Amino acid sequence: MSQTTDPAIPKHTTRLSGAEILWATLEGEGVREVFGYPGGAILPAYDALRKFPIRHILVRHEQGAAHMADGYARASGKIGVAIATSGPGATNMVTGIATAMLDSIPLLCITGQVSSKVLGSDAFQEVDITGITLPITKHNYVVTRAEDVAPTIREALRVARSGRPGPVLVDITKDAQQGLAAYDFAAAAPAPYRPHPMLRSESESVLNAAELIRASKRPVILAGHGVIQSNAREQVLALAERLQIPIATTLLGLGGMPASHPLQLGMMGMHGEAWVNHAIQQSDLLIACGMRFDDRVTGSIATYAPNAKKIHIEIDPAEINKNVKVDVALIGDLAEMLEILLPHLAPIAGESAWVREVNAMKGECAVRDIQNLPDTGHLFAAHVMNDLWHATNGKAIVATDVGQHQMWEAQYYKHEDPRTLITSGGLGTMGFALPAGIGAKVACPDKEVWVIAGDGGFQMTACELSTIAQENIDINIAIVNNGYLGMVRQWQEFFYEKNYESSPILSPDFVKLAEAHGIPGATVRTRAEGLAAVKAARERKGPFVINFMVEKEDSVYPMIPAGSALHEMIRRPGKNPLIETAQDV
Amino acid sequence: MLHTFVALVEDKPGVLTRVASLFRRLNVNIVSLTVGRSEKLGVSRMTIVSEASNTASHRIMASLYKLENVLLVDDVGQASCVVRELALIKVAATPKTRSHIFELAEVFRARIVDLAPESLMIEITGVESKIEGLLQVLNESEDRILEVSRTGRMVMRRGQHTSRVLDAMRVSSADVPEDELLSPDEEEADAEAGIPPII
Repeated sequence: MSQTTDPAIPKHTTRLSGAEILWATLEGEGVREVFGYPGGAILPAYDALRKFPIRHILVRHEQGAAHMADGYARASGKIGVAIATSGPGATNMVTGIATAMLDSIPLLCITGQVSSKVLGSDAFQEVDITGITLPITKHNYVVTRAEDVAPTIREALRVARSGRPGPVLVDITKDAQQGLAAYDFAAAAPAPYRPHPMLRSESESVLNAAELIRASKRPVILAGHGVIQSNAREQVLALAERLQIPIATTLLGLGGMPASHPLQLGMMGMHGEAWVNHAIQQSDLLIACGMRFDDRVTGSIATYAPNAKKIHIEIDPAEINKNVKVDVALIGDLAEMLEILLPHLAPIAGESAWVREVNAMKGECAVRDIQNLPDTGHLFAAHVMNDLWHATNGKAIVATDVGQHQMWEAQYYKHEDPRTLITSGGLGTMGFALPAGIGAKVACPDKEVWVIAGDGGFQMTACELSTIAQENIDINIAIVNNGYLGMVRQWQEFFYEKNYESSPILSPDFVKLAEAHGIPGATVRTRAEGLAAVKAARERKGPFVINFMVEKEDSVYPMIPAGSALHEMIRRPGKNPLIETAQDV
Repeated sequence: MLHTFVALVEDKPGVLTRVASLFRRLNVNIVSLTVGRSEKLGVSRMTIVSEASNTASHRIMASLYKLENVLLVDDVGQASCVVRELALIKVAATPKTRSHIFELAEVFRARIVDLAPESLMIEITGVESKIEGLLQVLNESEDRILEVSRTGRMVMRRGQHTSRVLDAMRVSSADVPEDELLSPDEEEADAEAGIPPII
């Protein structure tokens, strides 16, 4: 490296404060937006911000900052940055950090900390945030000296982005922010990424995998979040098309493959469509691409795909054989592994009998027909999702909250492109949608962004409506309002004999709430009203809130009860059925 | 089934916590843990003995490597290595009862390192079975054991430096069939948990 002799790069000999070094390093790393909330221990950092071309979005709760940075990262593929003060500021971010950890999202959380001289003395707003976040960060750091700020930030970013991405926290003491140090961006470069020593892609495993694929008659590809994180869409499609292999997706894998592709089956698992789960249970080979066999996806492990061999292509060795025993593991980056594997596989000629069989399953299963919903006069959440899908041509970025609406969105909004579904899968954090949607819009200002939340989840982080107002965030918000914590109510209906304990929930008038923030809105009760409101929201500039009053006691079908096998789905009862089809109208 | 992990980690504050937290999160019981400096400056050597199946131990290794401060992990298993532990044992002893303890110490190749009017202290190094043996014999005779301090197991592979052995293994593991490296979870039913590896 000859930076120091290259005359074009100025040698940084001026002494900057730790706070200035923080922003200079972030700027040097390409960060242009951060989400945060000031406070005593992070004040020096905020004071230095005006010297740098970084936009700071002031949130209303630090949890919102973490979720915004998360949504930003999911929508853009870049790292999201959140900043908060010590003590309660830091602890308020914990849920957001855990959300990112469980979904492997690259996040940098910067927290202020009391002066290093008083660390450990229970000072005002002091909390051991690095201790608290040990299990929910990929790694975390405490910086007590200004000269450590640049190398730590650069290393933190490298850790967050490399291998299996994840959140990293950097705790910077007040005296580190105020102290002076020489700043040299290049010299602060981190040690290069050291690949996990247990990565494995020897020719032996590749040949075994190819052999298994060639020998299989009923293969299914399981496509997860890794397809999106690794940008492996082309390679997975090549594998599927070359050998006529149907593709099932996890929740976080939606959009990784185009939903309209003839080999795309849709989401699998607890609320996946019946034909997808049947195909998996009857398969003789599962090719798991960038997914981790989460319990929502497998149902009871003992009866999961009993006749199938399994190939697991995964970047994290700790996931191999964690939940499901596999036959061949290719441990490495998904796109790279598939590039190595594909040349060993010759295309098959003609149509595949298995694909025909699976397509027949789509037809044999009960047919879902949005247009033929029973006319009870009530609006169904399925209507909302389907209408939104049509109105946006399946191209919007959709940030969902957690619960029934999240599952209906996964079933009815057919995502064509990666990074268009922003949803909390692993942790299932209510309140995620609104801030994550804001983050996604900041990342992709030219794209259409919709927030879809239930009445319960929306209330958890509704304060971020103020952020939307202050920052002029042009996103539209759909609240699926049924007066219940819907998913809880559904479980109580199925498993607790309709004992609706603490699941009916009172909400404010969301339109009045929005208007109190200067954001217009409308309440709709029928499909026609809903369609009109969506059209109006899309045509006008600025944010808009639509309060959809939907059927109160509707349930997500199919459903696999906990402990049941993947094919033991509860189906929608026959009377006045909401019929399901693979072909949505 | 007992697994012994040797981990070379960065000598920085908090690394011990991270490693111990990892075991707790994986719900794996740590039987013993010893840590100290290694031959390299800035690198500490941890030896962790834990109750785990083969599958769990693979996951433990993979998870340990995910920690930023961990440089090398070795699941020693049945490999050819030297296993040692040190124990200090304080035994009640009067001038009359002392001499037979001296004999015991002789038999176990242990040393008397302290002599007091009412007690004496034995220092013994060896494999666990040897130390357990001495403790058992002391218990069976009338000698009251007052205090025991044990370091926990320490392990070192015979031959070349651990990292070179592991590198060699990794190269040759390309020829090892899948099921040897991802062995099925049989050890759960293994009732022989607790038998230390052979010397």
